[in-house]
Amino acid sequence: MINYNIKIGIALLAFAAVINSCTNPGKSKEGNDSVVGQYEAELTDAPNVPRSPGYKYPEKVIIKLEVVEKVMRLADGVEYNFWTFGGKVPGKFIRIREGDEVEFYLSNHPNNKLPHNIDLHAVTGPGGGAEPSMTAPGHTSKFSFKALNPGLFVYHCATAPVGLHIANGMYGLILVEPKEGLPPVDKEFYVMQSEFYTKAKYGQLGLTDFDMEKALDEKPEYVVFNGSVGAAVAEKAMQAKVGETVRLYVGNAGPNLISSFHVIGEIFDNVHVEGGSLVNKNVQTTAIPAGGAAIVEFKCDVPGTLNLVDHSIFRTFNKGALAQIKVVGEENLKVYSGKQGDMIYQPGAETQKEPDAGAVKSAVPEKSLPERMEQGLVLFQSNCAACHQKNGEGLAGAFPPLAKSDYLMARKDKGAGIVLHGLSGKIKVKGKDYDAIMPQVQLNDDEIASVLSYVRNSWGNKGGLVKASEVSAVRNGK
Amino acid sequence: MESKTSIRIFSAIAVLLLLGTVASYSQTNRAAAKGMVLIPAGSFKPFFEVKGAGKKTVRSFYLDVYAVTNSDFLRFVKANPQWSRSRISRLYADKEYLKHWESDFSLGKKHALLANSPVTNISWFAARAYSKWAGKRLPNMDEWEYAAGAGIADKRLPIEKVILNWYSKPNPAVTPHVGSTFKNKLNVYDMHGLIWEWVSDFNSVMMGSDSRSGALNSNLFCAAGSNGAANKEDYAAFLRFAFRESLKGSYTINNLGFRCARDVKQ
Repeated sequence: MINYNIKIGIALLAFAAVINSCTNPGKSKEGNDSVVGQYEAELTDAPNVPRSPGYKYPEKVIIKLEVVEKVMRLADGVEYNFWTFGGKVPGKFIRIREGDEVEFYLSNHPNNKLPHNIDLHAVTGPGGGAEPSMTAPGHTSKFSFKALNPGLFVYHCATAPVGLHIANGMYGLILVEPKEGLPPVDKEFYVMQSEFYTKAKYGQLGLTDFDMEKALDEKPEYVVFNGSVGAAVAEKAMQAKVGETVRLYVGNAGPNLISSFHVIGEIFDNVHVEGGSLVNKNVQTTAIPAGGAAIVEFKCDVPGTLNLVDHSIFRTFNKGALAQIKVVGEENLKVYSGKQGDMIYQPGAETQKEPDAGAVKSAVPEKSLPERMEQGLVLFQSNCAACHQKNGEGLAGAFPPLAKSDYLMARKDKGAGIVLHGLSGKIKVKGKDYDAIMPQVQLNDDEIASVLSYVRNSWGNKGGLVKASEVSAVRNGK
Repeated sequence: MESKTSIRIFSAIAVLLLLGTVASYSQTNRAAAKGMVLIPAGSFKPFFEVKGAGKKTVRSFYLDVYAVTNSDFLRFVKANPQWSRSRISRLYADKEYLKHWESDFSLGKKHALLANSPVTNISWFAARAYSKWAGKRLPNMDEWEYAAGAGIADKRLPIEKVILNWYSKPNPAVTPHVGSTFKNKLNVYDMHGLIWEWVSDFNSVMMGSDSRSGALNSNLFCAAGSNGAANKEDYAAFLRFAFRESLKGSYTINNLGFRCARDVKQ
């Protein structure tokens, strides 16, 4: 670990030296394509991205990548024997510049069972490096290439059987920055989607391994960002601040699925379509093919959690395709207000589509108070007691009391309007404020008359008989 | 099954006795022939087909029941010190040769653990030299694939499953003993799921474009070997052929060993 840090340090020093050497005047002229200096690239694990090369002339870049086969977490309590480029899934992020000449070293750990190689989509040439990089366990292969095309490219293992090597985690991204560089942004992140075909069902605990049938059927148990369920969620979420611009380097390793990449609550200001030079603007969802990538940019205008999803949405809610960016900072209510109100919605209340709904069709014989009390008790227990309680006391702060309720007893409509239409907003009952919602109750006028008679003559209330005709009058707005 | 085996072994020995005049085998080497079974002649569908060739025929031959162990190989190195770790030429083995041994002629503290485990970290040249010393030879790829294609004897377990189960778990610290996996229907142990094994012509099938046999079309690589494969779902075979393709004769690898074969008529 310490060694590693020292290495990074050295790499960074070398890097700084390179930066300095680049700014030396008298070096090769702008536009000249001959290589100026040499350094070893700094490689990062997701979601981190290496710093921009930022030099004006092509360099010779040394890249050292190690293949490790190891058991790691796929989800909570679920483990899988991953094959990795650099010990994590996805593999290390590689960042170079257009015109760079890359000297690539692929090492295959001696404890690995299998040979491996690498096919970089950024390489021009048969196999994309696969053939010269074929490496037996305990060996290192070296090959070189020149980065002719700028863009964001997928790399993956291409050893037979290729599908298996990809399905087990052998992929990553390589960014070839255009000569002119990319516009500066505040934050850059590395996100890669892939799916896993496991013998065990989604979420089943224990060590599981690859299932051939599911892979052929293209029915994965897991679809994830950055190699495992929850790799960049909650406390592991990516972080940004309000006002910052964010650039996501998004890859899709497949092995089979196309990603419909979407960030809930953001519109992509710019999308480098398929990771290439075409920039689309104001995009909601961008398609990323298997073995493809996209660069998406947006500005964080408001605080909150942004959910990165595959909008083939069952993958997100049932198979693990979710990552998050936590944005902290000041609210901007003009851009996004939050909830500004909560109103009762009653279809048909305005239009009176069913003017007779619930109304008593013909005059029913009115009942006596004892009859109403008896019927009202039953109706109250099944329709009202859950909130207002059996004894009519209500619940402090949530449901106002009916017992000795000054608010209820003072109403001209005897409460009929509340039962018929519901009630929302602030009210004061027995000196206490309540601000909740009572939905309308689906009872006919005769039943409402009974319930109101019961409520208005129980728990110390003395309100007398409520007639069905009175309720009908309120219903019909008289 | 058992009686058949012994009959086979007896007949193998009988054949060997008849051939007793051949070469100057030591007593040890003749005894080693006990550990072989006769693989009857037959034909099989090769994983990589040469266009229009159809099935391949294999003549009968003898094959080791078990892979060569560390203690077997220690005897060989002691008898042939030029193949010891410190003396072997880099042309014949890379610098990881026998790295799991303590020294040139000792397995060290792990002797008890290692003695009956298949020898690994040995090159193709070393495996060939051992075979010659033992009065045997390396099996060729057709022989190996043909013998390995025989189903598992006791368990109704497809070979592919055995292999896929094996690779989906990391290497154990110490390779298990020979005979610790499965016996197949030809009475050969551990053809799958213990180690990879050298064959004499390991580099004759190339999934890449530089096939030595010239029989495969050079577009093979685009599909990374899936063109020309007899069974595109035989991932276990893909793994085996890809592994062979990654080798050179001087390579020594943690989980790569060998077993010997022998002609019926010497």
